[in-house]
Amino acid sequence: MVGLLAQAGEAARLDTPEVEWTALAPVLVMIGGAVLLMVVAALAPRGSRVGWHAIVTIAVAVAAIATVVPQWNRVGDDGPFSVVAGSVGVDRFSLFLTVVICASVVIATLFTDGYLRREGLEGAEPYVLMLLSASGGLIMASANDLIVMFLGLEILSIAVYVLAGMHLRRVRSGEAAIKYFVLGAFSSAFFLYGVAMVYGATGSTNLVEVADFLARNTLADSGLLVAGFALLLVGFGFKVAAVPFHSWTPDVYQGSPTPIVSYMASGVKAAGFAGLLRVFVVTFGDYRLDWQPIVYWVAVLSLLVGAVLAVVQTDVKRAMAYSSINHAGFILMGVQAASDRGVSAALFYLAAYTFMVAGTFGVLTVVGRRGDGHHQLSDYAGLGRREPLLALALVVFLLAQAGTPLTSGFLAKFYVIDAAIESRSFWLALVAMLSAVISAFLYLRIILAMYGSSDDAETADGAAATAGPRLRVPAAAGIALVIAVVATIGIGLVPDPLSETARDATPELVASGD
Amino acid sequence: MTAAALASEGGASAGGFPLLTSCVVLPAVGALATALVSRRRPESSRLVATIFAVATAALTVAVLVAFESGEAGFQMVERATWIRDLDVSWHLGVDGISVFLVVLTGVLFPLAMLGAPPHHDDKPFHAWLLLLEAGCIGVFLALDLFLFFVMFEIVLVPMYFLISGWGYANRRYAAMKFFLYTAFGSAFMLVGLVATAVLHARGTGGDLTFDLVTIASDQGAIAPVTARWLFLAFAIAFAIKVPLFPVHTWLPDAHTEAPTAGSVILAGVMLKLGTYGFLRFGLYLFPEASAYFAPLLVTLGVIGILYGAVVATMQKDLKRLVAYSSVAHLGFIALGTFSLTTQGLQGSVLQMVNHGISTGALFLLVGMIYERRHTRQIAELRGLQKAAPVMAGVFTVVMLSSIGLPGLNGFVGEFLILLGSFLTRRWWAVVGAIGVILASLYLLWAYQRVFHGEPDEANAGFAEMRVREGLVMAPLVALIVFLGVYPKPVLDRIQPSVEALVAHVEDHSDYTEPPVATEGQRARSAAPAEEGGD
Repeated sequence: MVGLLAQAGEAARLDTPEVEWTALAPVLVMIGGAVLLMVVAALAPRGSRVGWHAIVTIAVAVAAIATVVPQWNRVGDDGPFSVVAGSVGVDRFSLFLTVVICASVVIATLFTDGYLRREGLEGAEPYVLMLLSASGGLIMASANDLIVMFLGLEILSIAVYVLAGMHLRRVRSGEAAIKYFVLGAFSSAFFLYGVAMVYGATGSTNLVEVADFLARNTLADSGLLVAGFALLLVGFGFKVAAVPFHSWTPDVYQGSPTPIVSYMASGVKAAGFAGLLRVFVVTFGDYRLDWQPIVYWVAVLSLLVGAVLAVVQTDVKRAMAYSSINHAGFILMGVQAASDRGVSAALFYLAAYTFMVAGTFGVLTVVGRRGDGHHQLSDYAGLGRREPLLALALVVFLLAQAGTPLTSGFLAKFYVIDAAIESRSFWLALVAMLSAVISAFLYLRIILAMYGSSDDAETADGAAATAGPRLRVPAAAGIALVIAVVATIGIGLVPDPLSETARDATPELVASGD
Repeated sequence: MTAAALASEGGASAGGFPLLTSCVVLPAVGALATALVSRRRPESSRLVATIFAVATAALTVAVLVAFESGEAGFQMVERATWIRDLDVSWHLGVDGISVFLVVLTGVLFPLAMLGAPPHHDDKPFHAWLLLLEAGCIGVFLALDLFLFFVMFEIVLVPMYFLISGWGYANRRYAAMKFFLYTAFGSAFMLVGLVATAVLHARGTGGDLTFDLVTIASDQGAIAPVTARWLFLAFAIAFAIKVPLFPVHTWLPDAHTEAPTAGSVILAGVMLKLGTYGFLRFGLYLFPEASAYFAPLLVTLGVIGILYGAVVATMQKDLKRLVAYSSVAHLGFIALGTFSLTTQGLQGSVLQMVNHGISTGALFLLVGMIYERRHTRQIAELRGLQKAAPVMAGVFTVVMLSSIGLPGLNGFVGEFLILLGSFLTRRWWAVVGAIGVILASLYLLWAYQRVFHGEPDEANAGFAEMRVREGLVMAPLVALIVFLGVYPKPVLDRIQPSVEALVAHVEDHSDYTEPPVATEGQRARSAAPAEEGGD
């Protein structure tokens, strides 16, 4: 905004910058859809058997994805460009992440529909909030100005705070919301302070100008700038759940409604990494020697803490929260590489991870049963017998998260390892793979619980195992699971389309044309 | 299926029919087909699985028939791009080192399937087995680092499920231990593998590639010191898989707790993934580093020989005894491999096949004993010879083959290994030879306790070998005798590739094979000494 004002001052005759609305189409579609949904919900009769709210939400998200296609081609033809006086950039990087975030909304919505019915919480509000939050994510992905990025961050976060506390009858849900909100507000404050420091050091909040300034000037004392890096990193690290800014993650993931967690782990994380990649790798690329060591150690800590603490959990949801910290460490390796390869590896990882993790939490949603409280490891005993298909889907997701070949998870890990080794971080790569082995223990434990208890269960509670509560998989959730399984295995077998798209999606900073 | 599509798109082998690809794809398709059979009809799932396994065996034999003996390089090479930007390709090929391992895999799987059917849940059991077969054959055929790793890792999943689903009392612990140990090694290998490709690309200034042949032939691209580190990264993975001495502790648990078919495959095929890996991704990929680390690995091999033998002697559980005997046998293979002589390598390759046959057969027999008596404790078995003379006879032949009695297959392999290692590592060979004596100690002693004497009440009703069991054992016994009496056709096919491999190591390191090792062809032409340098 500051940069925007400065520009407005230069060209005094222009009161408001020229806005090219088509370039903002994805964000506008999401926000417009959210408003529309609110209106429709107010007018339409409640308690319909058809999930109209979910259908509208999915239609909106798909429409947002559809608007990406012409822009993708346009960027291919004319190169990236920026709009709104250079504060929003449109490049293939932002478009790629737009699709990832919208896809995570689609999948989370499919799970949310059945969840809300089961819990008796029907209403349009969760969908409206999810769309708004995602639009914040889209803004973060395309922000070319630190202030705009902050706006995106807040739009993204505030909606998610409410979503976390959506399940009114669960105390844990409220607890999660409060915890997330308080800590999130702190991290936002850190972020804003970081923006101020960077502004102080460089004289602008516009990323193009910051990068330009840093390229042309050598700072006599880079202390202020490095302090800015650190504070910005706190803000982003919080959103992507990187150690040591992770302490909210297990509690919030455990307490929040499970389908919302599926969105948090995929969409919110993608938005956080979008900002991280654009600000650090692209804008501060010349100063990588200053921030790379910090990111290196954050990655190491995330990898190890996530993996080790995941293993000792007995609550599956909590364990998956720690495992998502471990995955954040993997993606941070792509950031740490600070290269084109690293960026595309991180993007590939985010896209693949979206389907894996959303699917995982989707299965958890179903297994959680009414009240969303059955998340102990023992609740998974015998699932392989009772619900063979559901269990098989979870096996696919867990093996993918463990990085088994022929799943998307393996290639995702392969690409970040490749990027890390390209930038000569051999030890980081090794630590990452060893942490993957540690967290494989967790995934295998869940699989063992589902399949391995044939005779233990027969002797102890054989009757319970067979006559145990029949799980109802709602049709929408079933569709989402199929999509996630197909994507996970499909990307694993034929990675070229995704990896080449991710390779094309390099972030670029382009100054405003006018 | 994707694989098939890829192969056809990229143009198949010279012969037109993508034989090697079908060897990998057919069992995978079989796994899918088996999984789709109705759960209520276990017998038809068994039939489908057996048909696919036998058909795969036929394909592998067809590979052997089509194999040109006297050729050192890769044959029937098939190549199709898989992942473009990494230059990863579906690159398969077979040479004298891998061809018999492929056939061994093809033959052992149907026998394991028929010889040791599961007690419950036939359908998933067979589906996992077929998937495992696809992975194992894939490892032996892969000529691309990435593809190799994919196959090497993917075999963990079916084996994990086989052990944890159909194993014995302690199966969950054993399955977890197996998976984590191997995954731990693979973590090192993956980093080493990516680093190899990246550093190779940087060294040659070319594009990134994961092609084994390309990287192995550009030896100068990676600095020798770096190559040693990379070799170590690979070696950790292979040493765990083999397993070599300090990292062998997963093996007794996994072998003992696995269902019989699982043990047969584990010992018969999966351990060879490690020893084969040493040949293909150790000696071939990092010749200089292999020569550099040879003393270390030879020492570990010899420790394994003695340690495995001593511990096997002390076992009370028959299956655990066989498991520890594998540690000793695999020590021999490591000794032969890193003797870096033609004879030693030849013996190692042959011994991989031999060990697959004889230990596979031993596990089948132990499984049969367990079926009848529901115990594997040596102390509880006695006098089975009286009750089941035919089975005792078969057991004797198999056991003697495992000991290495002349005239049976084990002897040829061990003899060549000792001969080869004597030339370059005399004292290691001498110590290793003690292992041969110890092998007869633990196996004969166990045989004596289990089969000799008067059967007590519990063992008197021990049933004789059934026809089906006999038919499963027959091909194995036939191979044991055939390879022992007339190993020439096998050795002839192994030799050119092995000689080329030794020459490759010589070319790229300061190691030179002792001249006496190359008697035979080269010794005969030694008279006109300076006639042809190479």
